[in-house]
Amino acid sequence: MQLLRAIFSHSSGRIGGAIVGLYIIIAILGLLGITPHDPLMQFRVDRLHAPDATYWMGTDLFGRDVASRLMLGISQSFIVAFASVALAAVAGIVLGLAAAWFGGWWDGTIMRFMDVLLAFPAILLALLIIAIVGPGTWTSVMAIAIVYTPIFTRVVRGPALSLKTRDFVDAARTFGSSRNYILTRHLMLNLVAPLTVQVTLALAWGLLTEAGLSFLGLGTQPPASSLGLMLADSRNLMEMAPWLLIFPGIAIMIGILGFNLLGDALRDILDPRTRRSVA
Amino acid sequence: MNYLARRLMTFPLVMLGVSVLVFVSIRLVPGDAITAMLGTEAGLLTPDQRAALEAYFGIDQGWFTQYWRWLAGAVQGDLGVSVTFGKPVLDVILERFPLTLELALLSMVIALAIGLPAGIFAATRNEKPSDLAVRIFAMIGQSTPNFVFALLAIYVLSVGFGVLPAMGEFTPFLENPLRNLGQMILPALTLGFAFAAAVTRISRSAMLDILSDDYIRTARAKGVPARKVIWRHALPNALIPVVTLSGVEFGYLLGGTVIVEQIFALPGLGRMVLDAILQRDYALVQGSVLFIALNFMIVNLLVDLAYAMLDPRIRLGAK
Repeated sequence: MQLLRAIFSHSSGRIGGAIVGLYIIIAILGLLGITPHDPLMQFRVDRLHAPDATYWMGTDLFGRDVASRLMLGISQSFIVAFASVALAAVAGIVLGLAAAWFGGWWDGTIMRFMDVLLAFPAILLALLIIAIVGPGTWTSVMAIAIVYTPIFTRVVRGPALSLKTRDFVDAARTFGSSRNYILTRHLMLNLVAPLTVQVTLALAWGLLTEAGLSFLGLGTQPPASSLGLMLADSRNLMEMAPWLLIFPGIAIMIGILGFNLLGDALRDILDPRTRRSVA
Repeated sequence: MNYLARRLMTFPLVMLGVSVLVFVSIRLVPGDAITAMLGTEAGLLTPDQRAALEAYFGIDQGWFTQYWRWLAGAVQGDLGVSVTFGKPVLDVILERFPLTLELALLSMVIALAIGLPAGIFAATRNEKPSDLAVRIFAMIGQSTPNFVFALLAIYVLSVGFGVLPAMGEFTPFLENPLRNLGQMILPALTLGFAFAAAVTRISRSAMLDILSDDYIRTARAKGVPARKVIWRHALPNALIPVVTLSGVEFGYLLGGTVIVEQIFALPGLGRMVLDAILQRDYALVQGSVLFIALNFMIVNLLVDLAYAMLDPRIRLGAK
């Protein structure tokens, strides 16, 4: 609650929060099928229809309503972004905590493996994974999650290493607290702040990557809808039907902008070094 | 042992890890190379012919032998033969690399030429409307996927000005510099736009940090002109994070930019790797990923060196 208040008294947090909130509502509506038209319905007589009162954002080459497909696409992109970031965060927390807590051989092995993953250009790593498993929604989730795991691992390991040597952890040990109790209660709670920031920024990146993979035809497969797929379809029609390009393009931009603004605001609020007197 | 020496020691270890990972993962891709190369005609091969082809491309033995042979070759600069191109992998990579290098360099020049002045300007106008304008612009730049920028740019150019970006056959820079730049300018702007936004943000925040330092206040109190304070006293220190960011970003760009190359039909490294993965060209995927990872790590190492040169505290600390 306090955090929400802090976000809303932060100028870019307010805008970012509002955008993200709006997109989440659109995504839920899209998922529930509450769209102006059926996103898969082909209105043959109204192919490439310009935006008007019936088709708010026009129709595509098959006469499908762009606004409805956009809503479905946003929910699709959000599912992929949230699922992959959640997976990456969990994997990163487990690996980062293990590396920091056990140290030595564990630390060396985990962190060198993360270095190997980081030495791959992100999109290439994702392409390789997709080539192995075959394109599709859940492959994108896995690919994005694997690409993002090393970053979360580093975000967790650094602070966890310094927390481990703090007096309150020693104190908890002398009380006889179990290892898992210390890890979850004492370390994890102190990592919530950096993780929140990282998760928000990762979501922006997840949206971007999902759209990029779908654009290449390697993510979401038709007839399902995705923002990247809609953009790929608009390429050859942009002069005839610019609405096919403009609406999905702006929708991706604003969505990513929302998460970036929110992430920046959270960093200002949660990072003690830049914390202002907002809270 | 200092930081750089430790970095140099883990370097081969990470490269070995990369080589194992790429070797195993490309072999997990379903389907085999010969079928991918010949298509339906692969069904007409006699078992003997297939075996001969597999032996030619070095994929006839067990994984371990294949890996060992490949690694031994790679160390000597022999990355094997590409199935799709029918020539040595290294030749194929080196043919594509100049384009990728040129694109990365152009994007970086654009990014620094826009981002650095914009960031410094915004920092000196902290919290004024012009600072806000720069920040909003940078935020939008950072949130625009490069393919959205590219498509919108093509749309604006073709509909607004009736100009189509020069695509078609790619002209190398040395052959015809003007034609080459005509083809490269839009892709470079596309990549440079988001890059410039990142440079703006980091140079603004670095400059702001430094402008509140005591030594800047001292310089101002001594009566050093405002311009000189910014350019002579503050800028050298503010450059450190900018160098780090630009280096890392440049390293990424050297890996090829699959989507932008795809949109502008440029024969760069990124598209080559994408095609190689789809064609199951084992040797080409292995070789190019290894090449890209090596580039990336060398650039990062150079960034660390530059960092040590720019920041005297790191140099002193190493002694």
